[in-house]
Amino acid sequence: MTYLLKSREALLVGVILVLVALIAGRFPAFVSPGNLARVFNDTAPLIILALGQTVVILTRCIDLSVAANLALTGMVCAMLNVAMPDLPIPVILGLALALGATMGAINGLLVWLLTIPPIVVTLGTMTIYRGTIFLISDGQWVNAHEMSAAFTGFPRSVLLGLPMLSWIAILVAATFLLAVRLTPLGRAFYAVGGNPHAAVYTGLDVGRTQFWAFVISGTLAGLTGYLWVARYSVAYVDIAGGFELEVVAACVIGGISIAGGAGTIAGAILGALFLGIVKNALPVIGVSPFWQMAISGTAIVIAVAFNARVSRAKGRIILKRAEGHA
Amino acid sequence: MTDATARHIPDRLVSPAARLLKSWETLLLAVALAIFVANSLASPYFLNAWNLSDATFNFTEKAMIAFAMALLIISGEIDLSVASIIALASTAMGAAVQAGAGTPVLVGIGLGTGLACGAVNGILVTRMGLPSIVVTIGTMSLFRGISYIALGDKVYKGYPSDFGYFGQGYVWWVFSFELVLFAILAVVYGVLLHKTNFGRAVYAIGNNPTAALFSGIRVQRVKFILFLLTGLMSGIAAICLTSRLGSTRPSIAFGWELEVVTMVVLGGVNILGGSGTIPGVVIAAFVMGLVTFGLGLLNVPGIVMSIFIGCLLIGVIALPRLWTMWRG
Repeated sequence: MTYLLKSREALLVGVILVLVALIAGRFPAFVSPGNLARVFNDTAPLIILALGQTVVILTRCIDLSVAANLALTGMVCAMLNVAMPDLPIPVILGLALALGATMGAINGLLVWLLTIPPIVVTLGTMTIYRGTIFLISDGQWVNAHEMSAAFTGFPRSVLLGLPMLSWIAILVAATFLLAVRLTPLGRAFYAVGGNPHAAVYTGLDVGRTQFWAFVISGTLAGLTGYLWVARYSVAYVDIAGGFELEVVAACVIGGISIAGGAGTIAGAILGALFLGIVKNALPVIGVSPFWQMAISGTAIVIAVAFNARVSRAKGRIILKRAEGHA
Repeated sequence: MTDATARHIPDRLVSPAARLLKSWETLLLAVALAIFVANSLASPYFLNAWNLSDATFNFTEKAMIAFAMALLIISGEIDLSVASIIALASTAMGAAVQAGAGTPVLVGIGLGTGLACGAVNGILVTRMGLPSIVVTIGTMSLFRGISYIALGDKVYKGYPSDFGYFGQGYVWWVFSFELVLFAILAVVYGVLLHKTNFGRAVYAIGNNPTAALFSGIRVQRVKFILFLLTGLMSGIAAICLTSRLGSTRPSIAFGWELEVVTMVVLGGVNILGGSGTIPGVVIAAFVMGLVTFGLGLLNVPGIVMSIFIGCLLIGVIALPRLWTMWRG
């Protein structure tokens, strides 16, 4: 089992290296350290969101509301900045985290206390959060010139050669790599997803564990909301539209099993990096960005098929069972 | 907390009349009537045959897909790629128009594309044994992605004038072609689900696929057919929508999968499979059509309506559960 999982990450690293090598063969500038840092920085939001999504999927749930959560938090931060330009960045960061966590908690409570299937909850809250942006902004844009320099400058401020956005992604990734392995909650995510019945007998509250997974996913979406709006210096209703699918794609490509309980943090990070490199490479090799959507779709299908193969090799299948959604 | 799946065995069976009165469909019908009355009080323009006829365009295309989706969800699977199938089918028809195709060819291409997409989903789920929710999230992005590759930021126009009949024509008085097609399909799917062996098999699979397999049902074949049907319905919806709009952009029908699933769940179909009825879905279609149309008459913007739809989706599932929690 460990061997198989190890090989999944090794395989992804291999695929990424081959991909980068192929691009570098024709466009050596792509692999210059400066450009690779730019690609990583561009992928940072996807990495942060994919990590939050990973713990949700580990518990047999799915969070389709992350992009809407991101957009709503981003809009609130932007409007707050316009209203109060002197508000210090740590306050805005704290607010973004709190707002994101609240939206995640709403998802989590509906799943935990009312036992509504997660896909239904988050499909619903996705439209509600997205619609709320329109309500509070009246459909207006918040543009770069309205935001304060400190507000837009934070994610771009360079520390030891890397922008703050990249550092935050690294920090989140490091926290996840350690916390999921070492904390009781981190282990509970795997236990609950791997076998909910066994988890109950072990003394774990399945619903509450799922609730915390949603809170984590929401908090990270809120954090990314501020970073996203500040980095692109614009906030409007449709920012990051459809991004939730890219996030799920990153997880699936990273080997996180949609049936729950299987997959690693490293896999999710590699999955996000893979998508990020493809996205950034397309314009370099002269392919229209309109190919992006079809490519990530194909990548999802191939990755799911591959996931199924790996798990099937474990034993003989006597009866083909429908693997239940959610 | 008590186990949610535990079922009470009653001392005596409830009489059919009482069961009908307490059913989800009856509740939904009451909601539909309440919305109807509220709308006619709120806006003087509501009670008008032509306005009401226009209102049906809000839901007929989505409802056609919802019928097939209802069967698919009852069988325990889901298809989130339906809106993208519409985009791909519409793009294929648009490309055929540029090549000079006539209306019969366009219809054939629309239906064919729908079937082909349904077959792709079906093969991935039934042959390769993949979970449908991820597969169709993947194909959702793949199918629409192909439309974006073909069209980019451009638009296909110039559909033949007789092609406009499907989305703009009227069969008789205020009854549009789409409304009549919706009614016919409702009957067809109602009979298919409630009166045929195939329909019983769908319920059996949704309740327990393993038991269904042991009782001699070809589980994977039934599921494959359901994916084909969902693709076909998306193709039909693509023809109607393209005909109604008269143009194709890759963003056509964006987000419809959510509304279709909402319609099915609002209609009382269990998202986890095993139960649900076609009459429920039909009433749910009317409820959603009336809500969006009524709000439209009151000048509520589309995105605010989507908040209502989202609340409706969560509310219809949450309220019965809250009710049982409060009582028990």
